[in-house]
Amino acid sequence: MNVPLLRTEGVCKTYRMPDHLARLVLDRLDFTLGDGEIVAILGKSGSGKSTFLRVLAGLVPPSDGVVEYRGQKVSEPVQGIAMVFQSYALFPWLTVLGNVELGLEALGVAGTERRRRAVDAIDLIGLDGFESAYPKELSGGMRQRVGFARALVVNPDILLLDEPFSSLDVLTAETLRGDLLDLWEASRIPTKGIVMVSHNIEEAVEVADRILIFSSDPGRIRADIPVALPRPRASGAAGFRQIVDQVYTLLTTEPGRDGRRGARPEPIGIGYRLPDASVQQFSGLIDTLTEAPYHGRADLPLLADEEKLVMDELFPLIETLQLLGFAHVSGGDIELTALGRAYADADMLARKQLFAEAVLKHIPLAAHIRRVLDERPGHRAPAARFLRELEDHLSESEAQRVLDTVINWGRHAEIFSYDSDTEVLNLENF
Amino acid sequence: MQQRWGLPVIAWPSRLRPNYWDLVALPLVLGLIALVAWGGIAMGAHYQVGEALAMSLDPGRLPEYALRTVLRMGAALVASLVFSLAYAALAAKSRQAEKILIPVLDILQSVPILGFLSITVTGFIALFPGRLLGVECAAIFAIFTSQAWNMTFSVYQSLRTVPLELIEAARMYHLSPWRRFWRLEVPHAIPSLVWNMMMSVSGGWFFVVASEAITVSGQSILLPGIGSYIATAIAQRSLAAIGWAVLVMLVVILLYDQLLFRPLIAWSRKFQGDPAAEADTVRPWLLIVLERARLFDLVQAGVLAVNRMIDTTIAALARRRRPAVERRRQPLFDRAFDAVLLALAAAACVWIISFIRHSVGLAEIGWVFLLGMATAARVLILIGVASLIWVPIGVWIGLRPRLADRAEPIVQFLAAFPANLFFPAAVVLILRFRLDPEIWLSPLMILGTQWYILFNVIAGTTTLPAELRLAAQNFAVRRLLWWRRVILPAIFPAYVTGAVTAAGGSWNASIVAEIVQWGNTTLTATGIGAYIARTTAEGDGARIALGIGVLCLYVLAFNRLLWRRLYNLAAERLRLD
Repeated sequence: MNVPLLRTEGVCKTYRMPDHLARLVLDRLDFTLGDGEIVAILGKSGSGKSTFLRVLAGLVPPSDGVVEYRGQKVSEPVQGIAMVFQSYALFPWLTVLGNVELGLEALGVAGTERRRRAVDAIDLIGLDGFESAYPKELSGGMRQRVGFARALVVNPDILLLDEPFSSLDVLTAETLRGDLLDLWEASRIPTKGIVMVSHNIEEAVEVADRILIFSSDPGRIRADIPVALPRPRASGAAGFRQIVDQVYTLLTTEPGRDGRRGARPEPIGIGYRLPDASVQQFSGLIDTLTEAPYHGRADLPLLADEEKLVMDELFPLIETLQLLGFAHVSGGDIELTALGRAYADADMLARKQLFAEAVLKHIPLAAHIRRVLDERPGHRAPAARFLRELEDHLSESEAQRVLDTVINWGRHAEIFSYDSDTEVLNLENF
Repeated sequence: MQQRWGLPVIAWPSRLRPNYWDLVALPLVLGLIALVAWGGIAMGAHYQVGEALAMSLDPGRLPEYALRTVLRMGAALVASLVFSLAYAALAAKSRQAEKILIPVLDILQSVPILGFLSITVTGFIALFPGRLLGVECAAIFAIFTSQAWNMTFSVYQSLRTVPLELIEAARMYHLSPWRRFWRLEVPHAIPSLVWNMMMSVSGGWFFVVASEAITVSGQSILLPGIGSYIATAIAQRSLAAIGWAVLVMLVVILLYDQLLFRPLIAWSRKFQGDPAAEADTVRPWLLIVLERARLFDLVQAGVLAVNRMIDTTIAALARRRRPAVERRRQPLFDRAFDAVLLALAAAACVWIISFIRHSVGLAEIGWVFLLGMATAARVLILIGVASLIWVPIGVWIGLRPRLADRAEPIVQFLAAFPANLFFPAAVVLILRFRLDPEIWLSPLMILGTQWYILFNVIAGTTTLPAELRLAAQNFAVRRLLWWRRVILPAIFPAYVTGAVTAAGGSWNASIVAEIVQWGNTTLTATGIGAYIARTTAEGDGARIALGIGVLCLYVLAFNRLLWRRLYNLAAERLRLD
């Protein structure tokens, strides 16, 4: 029987919250990694894609379901699976050689053999001459090369990559990605399968044989897109663009909504994970969309490319525009609504007015805060009160982030004001 | 070739072969070993309580006394290091242990260091009957208490803040817990540990001097050392001898700095991830010797081998019994644990109160609280006065970068210098001018600790971004407005840190500063420090406990009600980032 390299079945992950409520992060994930396959995982923040990678690595135990590596249950880090981290995770007090040797040392590989293998791995990844350098002497790209060398030196069957290129600048990332793919294509590394979490759509399409799209809250596999393009893949090619468009469409429309123009989006609740967007960026994007060459309508991949916005910056903005009814998105295109166009034409005061109306109408959390403040005799309420409400729905840090976002919007819209010394929301100065 | 005798063939890698640097390194190491051996023998000497240890005021004996003092300091430092690693590791790894260990540490931190001496000296003497070692241990323990707590806190903080990705990497690459501790957690803790060590030692000199001349139950014991030399000089009213002691202390502190801390600090930079930290620093000469000499590669290789052996042994043991299944948290067990803790704490309180109440009346307890208030008033006023003096001077220096660079080591040195060496001079002045000891003894409390205020104000001023200064200039913000709106808020966080340290040190110093001798003249200021010093000399256990207990309560109350609030305010509002 053919045992898959890596397989999960019904993997769930719940985190226990301070108030003993459980919050579901991953929901029944079934996944198989075949021999010779590169799988990329894409999803918005909150989709649990990094958590899933850690479950695969054996770093985080699943609450339910199983992970199997070559038919063996994974409950702690196993030999044969290596990981590369987003911020490199190099030991600053060890040299390049020391860092690469560390994994071998723990496996009990003897001195000379260890040295030889480490030096080989360093040569392979193009770091020769830097063996005795400390990580802090190296640039980001070089550091991540050390990260790869450390992973490859243990001859892993499976490489798990946690946004390995996201801390690097575009050119450096491209070079390193290319080098990795060359090694993989030429079978110069013994690795049989790669799972990569990414936040860059084009990167995923360039690298992967299959792209998994995760949906948020809780994380589920929403789509499994095969990428059957020949390598090397040029980002300008028609097939390439088509898949990129498809991924954009999937990521910008919520499941259950078909994304047809004019379709009413479902109302959101108080505990909705508001996107992390500032008012400045928000109005900046509307201005950009209004002007040439877009004139109110833009192809999302093109917009991201032209405006140099990565997925993590662009998607929260787009979601904000959609939530407030300033734009709608369908088929990978974004188009300003009448309201959006009115906002673009308005002066600063009128913009504030439009924004305030939209926030009160479409963001239940903002409306809720305003209502509470209106009802209270002193028109004051501690921020902690709303934070606790949010923590029923979100993790502690996310609750804080969402509250900060809504306070930022509310202050700008002059729906309420906030005193950061006392952490009290109030209706002063109105 | 076959290994016939079963002996391992010793591989002698080229990097372990001796070189010229070893000519410097070898004598250093041999000297150190000889010194420790000599000190050990001297500490083990026979001794009966009541026997007078001969102290000579001959300056020629001073180097020997200084060496004994230095060894005591070194022993305490090693003990603190071991303690801080073990204690912090336990607190960081076990949730149950953490619940007890961290609050206990917080309390221990506020117990006056000389109070520990009062409590423990009799016990240590009983532990080694007929030997000097008991008294030595008591002195070393007192110095230990002046260093261990903040070092432990620093390690604990570091262990709690190891970056998650590094922990994950260590797990992914199968480092055993033992190895993870030495390869990841300890290295991560080293920079702040070394820094805290240096600060602790610089505070420790004060207590070395104070703890060598101990009076227990009416018997005064003089351990050979600089502190005892000074005590003898005071008894014999010899200003010249005190001058010599000051001079030797100066040299000792400079040597400690050059031989220990300069190399340590430079070495610890290696463990910081921040590339800026290493820029434009001169490598200390000793570190260069140590790094180049092959001898130390040999030592290092030996240490690593031992470490590996321990690791494999642990791994073998762990394989034998394998409870790999993660135990679930049991809320019931947790609650039972908490209940037991509370019961124990309550029992301890009852016991202490009954112990004190057995021989001390309510009126005296009230009186001791009043004494505490007198000392508290002194501390607060002194901090105020010192701030008025040093804040403007510190700002003035801090605004001149070159001056600040030069002033920094000097101020650090002043903070390290044991201020109690100057107490006799103060007594002579008070006697000469017939001053009121109630007022004029007070400045002694802050003599050694005021430098922390100056030091921090200078540091705070130098971190004020040049752009902010230029902006203030641009808007013609001057004089009072400049002080109120620009510089005072800017240095506030640094100032609070300095003031907290200074206040803590002053509480500690009150035990030696409120009661001061010169020959057979004794000057006393009313306060809780004098009360503790007197009861210690009389060996009155219940009253010592009462005095120290009340002092602790005051220190804790001040920390909670005043300093921590200021600290939070500084941290939240007035950060410059």
